[in-house]
Amino acid sequence: MNWLRRPASPTQITHGQRLWLYALAALVLAFLVVPTLIVIPMSFSGSQYLEFPPREWSLRWYRSYFASPAWMQATATSFQAGALTTLLATPLGTMAAYGLFVSRSRWAHVIHVLMITPIIVPVILVAIAVFYVYVKVKLVNSLAGLVLAHSMLALPLVMMMVTSALKSFDMNQEMVARSLGASRTQAFFSVTLPQIRFAVIGSALLSFLTSFDEVVLSMFVSGGSNSTLTRNMFLALRDQIDPTIAAISTLMIVVTTTLLVLSQCFGRAGGDD
Amino acid sequence: MDPRSAVPIAVRGLRKTYGPVRALDDVDLDVRSGEFLTLLGPSGSGKTTLLMVLAGFIRPDQGSLKFGAEEVIRLAPHKRDIGMVFQNYALFPHMDVAANVAYPLKLRGVRAPEAARRVEAVLQTVQLAGYGARRVDQLSGGQRQRVALARAIVFEPRIVLMDEPLSALDKQLREHMQIELRQLHNQLGTTTIYVTHDQREALTMSDRIAVINGGRIMQLDTPQAIYERPANRFVAEFIGESTLLKVTIAGDRCECAGQVLRVAQARAAPGSAVLMLRPERLRILGATEAGTAPESGQNWLQAQVTNVVYQGDSVLVQARLADGSSVNARGVAGRDTLAALPQPGQPVHFGFSVADTVVLADGA
Amino acid sequence: MGPEVVALAPHAAGLRRDEQVERWALLGLSAPALVLVLVTMIAPVAWLFGLSFLADDGSWSLEHYRRMVEQPSYARTFGVTFKVSLMTTALCILAGYPLAYVMSQLPRRVATLCMLGVLLPFWTSLLVRTYAWLVLLQRQGLINEWGMALSWWDEPLALVHNLTGTLIGMVHIMLPFLVLPVLGAMRAIDADYLKAAANLGASPSRAFWSVFFPLSFPGLLAGTLIVFILCLGFYVTPAVLGGGKVIMVSNHIANDIELFFNWGAASALGAVLLVLTLAFLLLAHRLLRLDKVLGGGHGL
Repeated sequence: MNWLRRPASPTQITHGQRLWLYALAALVLAFLVVPTLIVIPMSFSGSQYLEFPPREWSLRWYRSYFASPAWMQATATSFQAGALTTLLATPLGTMAAYGLFVSRSRWAHVIHVLMITPIIVPVILVAIAVFYVYVKVKLVNSLAGLVLAHSMLALPLVMMMVTSALKSFDMNQEMVARSLGASRTQAFFSVTLPQIRFAVIGSALLSFLTSFDEVVLSMFVSGGSNSTLTRNMFLALRDQIDPTIAAISTLMIVVTTTLLVLSQCFGRAGGDD
Repeated sequence: MDPRSAVPIAVRGLRKTYGPVRALDDVDLDVRSGEFLTLLGPSGSGKTTLLMVLAGFIRPDQGSLKFGAEEVIRLAPHKRDIGMVFQNYALFPHMDVAANVAYPLKLRGVRAPEAARRVEAVLQTVQLAGYGARRVDQLSGGQRQRVALARAIVFEPRIVLMDEPLSALDKQLREHMQIELRQLHNQLGTTTIYVTHDQREALTMSDRIAVINGGRIMQLDTPQAIYERPANRFVAEFIGESTLLKVTIAGDRCECAGQVLRVAQARAAPGSAVLMLRPERLRILGATEAGTAPESGQNWLQAQVTNVVYQGDSVLVQARLADGSSVNARGVAGRDTLAALPQPGQPVHFGFSVADTVVLADGA
Repeated sequence: MGPEVVALAPHAAGLRRDEQVERWALLGLSAPALVLVLVTMIAPVAWLFGLSFLADDGSWSLEHYRRMVEQPSYARTFGVTFKVSLMTTALCILAGYPLAYVMSQLPRRVATLCMLGVLLPFWTSLLVRTYAWLVLLQRQGLINEWGMALSWWDEPLALVHNLTGTLIGMVHIMLPFLVLPVLGAMRAIDADYLKAAANLGASPSRAFWSVFFPLSFPGLLAGTLIVFILCLGFYVTPAVLGGGKVIMVSNHIANDIELFFNWGAASALGAVLLVLTLAFLLLAHRLLRLDKVLGGGHGL
């Protein structure tokens, strides 16, 4: 155990003297990780109450989830909303990011700030405001309304990712392409886009997740047959603790983690290019 | 390239202001068909701005630009049929060398087999035959520059623009490429505009040089004329080394620090002026020669040596006149010269030809 | 325009037009996105803002704001909101700073592993994590089960559907938001500064407080402000883990709408929340800019 006596930092404090610090950090880390993952094993518990560790292992809660038309409908809605949000937010956000980046107009800065506002305004406000308007235009409880609202939330994220990629891209290449005979559009698609594609793909994945995980807006704006998975989960949580939710949570963790690992892989690949 | 398809360029009244700054101050310029013209000037002089206006990436406030008979000032860059080479090459990293060079051909709808043939031909011209499959990051700086060049000429543009293409290369490679570029130009005959801040490069490569400062062309002439007969003080100081002396001039004689000199350009109205002398045109007179009067066509100038600097291939003798103005003389460091060098503090006599004097306007 | 004028300023008008067209074309690329944001967010929120000034009979009035000042429930709500936000922020600092410090001192590979541990909850759905705490903290939940099994307490503790549960849940959500900026600032600290301090005779704790902590402060400040501002507007966790007993501003707004259909009250409260959020953001903007300047000026 003589590593305890070795100096841990330039100030010559030893590991042994800082043991309490390491313990505290480990505790905090456990505090962060354990509750996040504990749902997974608990979702396989066979009894009425969720146990850890499960006395008997069973797939009953998964069966309950897949057998329920309400949950399946909600899941389908969430995936649809996620996919459509991705399809809407990614091109719109990429176009906006590019246009504002190359624009020399003073308005570009103003527009940029306006586009960031969905992140700044507390989402409860956005939710009730959108709900209010949707009631008037009869978009409440519709998939279209939901997708529009989710896309608005995802847009700033797409813009930030694409803008960041454009900043590290050598714009001279576009100039060269144009001097060689490419119009601005041709230059963008043949030279710029291939080189920022990782940021675009990453932001597409992020858009999907933003929509899929979104709770508050979906609470107010989706409903009936277009209720999202998150909305149903939230309502179920407030009323009673249905163990089926543990199974759903596990599946959500799997979906989220997979997509995030993918987006990180793309991000790293883009960085190594 | 068919020399017949090279075009002249006519610039009239080009103006570009950024706030209070005049980046281009009503510039007029005529470039001859097939000529290699260099825009030479310090940074911020407007030379790159002018090039960018020619390319179409900077829109001037006003002016006219003609390639041959065609007015192009409002034409988008991709329609101007120009080839451009940038300082940082800007090769497309997601394509290999052949794809890079074939890019402009693809844009023009050239079919793949024909394009491949032309790509290989131009790669051979820039001495990179067979490099088509290489990736951009596998190339050295000099090779990348040649790929950029190949890409810019493969579609036989009527004009080639180059923005300090060699400044990122090391000295030896740069000097080698200067000669290569010039030979390539001779071979292709395309009208070429070349931007640089390196006067040596300009003097080496150009048919004519346009010296630019403050958004204005200070002088447009052949390299020899620019060097030997600068039109104003800026050009005299920017190109080569120079000694500038304040003189009062009357007719073909001028007076400086109490000494009388004859000049090549006579002035009708007497007044003050600036006399320019190139250090390498001054020679140090031996004692006997200094004692006799100068022959016609020669000037003697007496000064006191302040410093002698040995610089390997040449020696610089710095001296001062009676009125405090400095005079520099440079001589090849041959054995005899080195043996007869004056010492600081000693008087020295310089001799130079009247034909080597240049009179410039005072304050120009 | 006569030919003389044209010759004096050749193509000036045409060039100006070209410049305008290009400018608007480029801005136009952002038009669809801008329209989406304007229509789905800015206009509705502005509408809501305006709604707060309309009385129930449709006339201009400040009665909603007056009610907010008069009725004690609103004061209570703001009190709870600030209390929860401050406590959450404080707990995050106490737990997050040491973790960030240890992570900044670890070798690359171990640090990356720890980073995964911080990012995993960060990425996991808010709802999933809140649910997990619900399950863990309930009367028959894991914590009570183990606590009683280890004889730490006899009766199941009320850990959820109250302030305690809410705080635990919120700290769990907010902790990564504090750790990430602080860690970033710490990683940027040059180890040479600490070496210098040690050479000059500083004890480890002296070196930490006089050198390391001040240099990490901008990151800590950034994280603190982010956490606090997020807490102000938070909805889900207090709603699920508070059991109706922890009413923060966002919960109050939701209740006004869902239970009472009182749009006037909700919009007024929402307007206040928005103004508060923007005020703190402005403060953060000022402080962090200032602090960057000050931090840079700390001559060592």
